[in-house]
Amino acid sequence: MADGSAPSLLARLLTGVVLILGIGAVIVALSAWFNGRSASWEAYDRLLLGAANDIAESIRIADGAPTLNLPTSAFELLAQAPDDRVTYAVRGPDDGLITGLSDTPSPTRERLREAIFFDGSMQGEDARFVDVVRRFAERDFSGNVRVTVGQTMIARRALAIDLMLNALVPIAIAGAALILISVIVVRGAVRPLDRIAEDMAGRDPYDLTPVSVEDVPREIAVIVTAMNRFMGRLDRQFTAMQSLISDTAHQLRTPVAAIRAQAETAIEESDPGERDKRLERLARRTRSLGTLLDQMLSRALVVHRTDSVAREKIDLRQIALEIVETRDHEVLAPDVEVELVIGEDPVMVLGDEFSLVQAGKNLLTNALKHGAPPVRIGVSEDKGRAVLWIEDAGPGMSPGLLARTGERFQRSAASREDSGGLGLSIVTAVTDAFDGEIVVSQANGRFRIGFALPMVKGGAS
Amino acid sequence: MTRLIQALLAVAVSATAAFAQEDVATFGTGATPFVIRSTTDIAILEPALTAFAADHPDLAITYEQWGSNPLHANASSACDGETTPADAVFSSAVHLMVSLVNRACARPFVSDRTRALPDTRRWRDEVWGVTQEPAVMIYNTDRIAPEDVPQSRFDLLDLMRDDPVTFRARIATYDIEASGLGYLFAYIDSLEATTFGSLLEGLARSDAIATCCSTEIIEGVSTGEYLFAYNVLGSYVRNAAPANVGVILPEDYTLFLSRAYMIPAKARNPMAAEQFLDFLLSERGQAMLASVGLLYATDPDELRTVQSARRSIPLAPPLLVALDGSTERQFLERWTDAFSAAPVP
Repeated sequence: MADGSAPSLLARLLTGVVLILGIGAVIVALSAWFNGRSASWEAYDRLLLGAANDIAESIRIADGAPTLNLPTSAFELLAQAPDDRVTYAVRGPDDGLITGLSDTPSPTRERLREAIFFDGSMQGEDARFVDVVRRFAERDFSGNVRVTVGQTMIARRALAIDLMLNALVPIAIAGAALILISVIVVRGAVRPLDRIAEDMAGRDPYDLTPVSVEDVPREIAVIVTAMNRFMGRLDRQFTAMQSLISDTAHQLRTPVAAIRAQAETAIEESDPGERDKRLERLARRTRSLGTLLDQMLSRALVVHRTDSVAREKIDLRQIALEIVETRDHEVLAPDVEVELVIGEDPVMVLGDEFSLVQAGKNLLTNALKHGAPPVRIGVSEDKGRAVLWIEDAGPGMSPGLLARTGERFQRSAASREDSGGLGLSIVTAVTDAFDGEIVVSQANGRFRIGFALPMVKGGAS
Repeated sequence: MTRLIQALLAVAVSATAAFAQEDVATFGTGATPFVIRSTTDIAILEPALTAFAADHPDLAITYEQWGSNPLHANASSACDGETTPADAVFSSAVHLMVSLVNRACARPFVSDRTRALPDTRRWRDEVWGVTQEPAVMIYNTDRIAPEDVPQSRFDLLDLMRDDPVTFRARIATYDIEASGLGYLFAYIDSLEATTFGSLLEGLARSDAIATCCSTEIIEGVSTGEYLFAYNVLGSYVRNAAPANVGVILPEDYTLFLSRAYMIPAKARNPMAAEQFLDFLLSERGQAMLASVGLLYATDPDELRTVQSARRSIPLAPPLLVALDGSTERQFLERWTDAFSAAPVP
């Protein structure tokens, strides 16, 4: 279709069909020619032989010498090939010409049978000859009399070609029909592609909804499905990017305005003690803004990765270990000890390491901020699912807040000003992406929150 | 003037052709020579030749009249490259012409007019039957009463048997040893019907005269020397046109001869030969041939009997049999045997 693209399916298929037909036609034509030729040669050889035998029959012995009254029937037989020139010769035992045309050739081969067919020429034109022998054993004559009859090849060639064409014409018609059918079939097969192309061309630039695979052949449906999947991913990333931008714009406006106001008041403040206090608050605000940015970026990253990075087998204990070992919590709450509770056996899940670590870290950060020590992080199995959980001795989350965990920027009354409100939203995004869910429980004055993912068999990859 | 040129040419040609041709005439004064060798009398073809020369002023036509056997010998040696070939050969000895074609001595030519000819009048598109002339029986209308006129070979046999005295030595036919045409007619007769044997016997019994030439036979019938003649070429009778000679187309079958026209393979001016052939086959040419008796015109009331009894001598390889040495010898033996063994009553 477009210039520079590979040849169309139609062209490829037609090339193939024509190639096959071409090779077939050559083979069939050759075989038809050989068959037609041998049939025609046999038919006209019989005529020749008939004529020669006619002449041989008419030979009789008179006065001790062979003589004959040439039968017209022999020539009537030869006249079955109406446009061919003829020649004949009757020769005695010493090869002396009894009658006929003296330039008629004799066979050069040794005589094995009564009749010998041989090719030669008559006045420079290809001709076919037969030589038959009649043996006489009379009182007054004994010996062989040879009759040679020849004829040019116009009629036998015409018959051979005729027979060949008779064989070829139906095959040629079948070939043409085959080409026609393949054109129709291929047209029909690629029509869905045209429809899809039309659908795509007619779309609004922001329309990333899936293309219908109805009435699309299975082979092409695979492409369409892959395309739809790609478009879905594009759509999600596009949406994520849009929300990131709008969230960022929305979320940054307030803290930045606050920072600016505090910076301005700090500049205007003449009392050094008051100014320190204001600078202190300014620094806190800035830290909080940093956290917010971190969270927003990490959420965007998590959403992006869940779509674009291939899932691999991961040991959930490894995730828990990594969360503890990075020791981010020591910055947040240096006096709180985090206890790691993991078993001996690996707990394997399918997922993306980075995303899972982010989700875990957010849960731990929440626990450190809102909960009460002691804080524990652990990995366990629960009803065939792998669970990574964080436990603290705090009061836990209110049921209302819990119900809205997936939404962004949920800030409870307890939220401090350095909280971005994005933590649980990241966890929700991760669990959604890896077919998991958030699990919450409260027992013995301890609040436990975590995420459960389907377990997979097998060792770490 | 014409006579002078004719004489000069006759001398010039005779020097090379060793007096083989009987007569010669020229038509047209163009620059391109066109040589026709023919067995047909110059006088018969003169109107056609004059008309053709007028249509083609660029041609200098030399028309040589030959005997049929010398003409065949000449064409045959020209085919082998031994003598100068003619541009066209036109002969009544059709079996000899077929043999020339069979020896690949002819040049093919196809036009709408040659294609329109029936199969019996062309072979290999190399030889064409231009005329249609019946082999007829003629009689002296003064000596034979109309009711006694035989209409077929059977009638002739009856007549010879019933009245042997009247017809003794008064029936003429060609001497087939001397006349190629006579031999051809007799040979075709022998193939055509079983009457040939009894006819031969009857002719022999009534002391029929075998003589050489058409003119002699026709004159003999006219003067009353012969009462009846068998197998005379109709066109000769038509041209001689004596008043007291009646013509019979035998009802059992009538042989029709088509004079054969051939363009030698080595012709130097084949185009003129092709044009002349097309001219002869054109309506105008055929009308001219008809007016000189070379195309037998059938009266409408005669049409039915003549059509059903009509036997064209086909231009085809079976004619070669007539030329076969052994066959010819035996046929002539049979002929002379019949005549010599005729019982003297």
